[in-house]
Amino acid sequence: MTANIVLAILVTSLATYISRFLGALTSEKIGETSKIYKWFNCVAYSTLAALISRMLIFPSGDLSDVHYILRIIVILLSILIFYVTKRNLVYPTILSAIILATLNSFAI
Amino acid sequence: MINLKYFIKGIVCSKKFDSPAIALGASFIAIGALLKNLGFNIQESIFSTFLTYALPGSLVMAESMLIGASLVNIFLAVWLVNSRLFPMTVSIMPLLKHDSQPRWKYYISCHFVAVSSWLILKSNYEEINRKYRIDFWIGIGTATWLIAIFSTVLGFYAADFLSKDMIIGLAIVNPIYFMCAMIGVMKTIQLSSAIILGAFLGPIFYFFSPEWSVLLGGLVAGSIAYFIGEVYDS
Repeated sequence: MTANIVLAILVTSLATYISRFLGALTSEKIGETSKIYKWFNCVAYSTLAALISRMLIFPSGDLSDVHYILRIIVILLSILIFYVTKRNLVYPTILSAIILATLNSFAI
Repeated sequence: MINLKYFIKGIVCSKKFDSPAIALGASFIAIGALLKNLGFNIQESIFSTFLTYALPGSLVMAESMLIGASLVNIFLAVWLVNSRLFPMTVSIMPLLKHDSQPRWKYYISCHFVAVSSWLILKSNYEEINRKYRIDFWIGIGTATWLIAIFSTVLGFYAADFLSKDMIIGLAIVNPIYFMCAMIGVMKTIQLSSAIILGAFLGPIFYFFSPEWSVLLGGLVAGSIAYFIGEVYDS
């Protein structure tokens, strides 16, 4: 293994574990029905929603090569499929990959 | 030490037809392919998912390495993007607490906190006897973690056969799945406003600071949603 890569992996995992571990420590004094728990729960859901929408609107990596119009079409179609299939999670997920890969192959 | 019945229940729970494991698998196949293209060997790729097991963190690491960022920069960038795991951990650990269970289980199993395992637990924990919820959680975590590692290996070896369009297709699976899952859990005014406000504020804050957008967006949106819920849900 290359030393640099191993160090980068160790640094990444440490930076990740810190948040998880601090979460476990903090939660020791927090009861399931307390107000602070409710607040943390709201923040957790909001942060996830913020992360997911950022991944779709300002993507990094391979997705950033896709034109934003195509991404918006896929997002709207997926929400439509989700509701049409009575809130099934599998259909919109699998179809989104196929639709995006197909649209993108025509776009270039 | 670990109650096997509940541990297996957790594993089985992760393999349901519409489980977040699909999204997890697809995105880690993409990660495996990405790591290979970055110059990682198979051991390093496995090692990375084994130790980190958080998709946005691995993406940030890969991007930072591409531009030749220093270790300190990688640490800060990953810490910022993965700090969402802090509120996520706080919002599930109290559900798993039981006086008869040793603390090490909580300190070790917090490594399994990721969007997919978190959602599986959130939608199933109520049916589980409180005393054994931590073992159930360890089961979910082990299953999703192994799926991530296995998918990384698959992606690594499939990298040469995947076209650019296929990798792009795989990359959208994860956010689309979790977007639909989030819409699916919008059942109270508090949760609905948390999710809708977060989805809007995250990208808006991106214009001010890309690194801090998720954290600040989540914090502001979550706090507003908490107060909205206090007023309307009760």
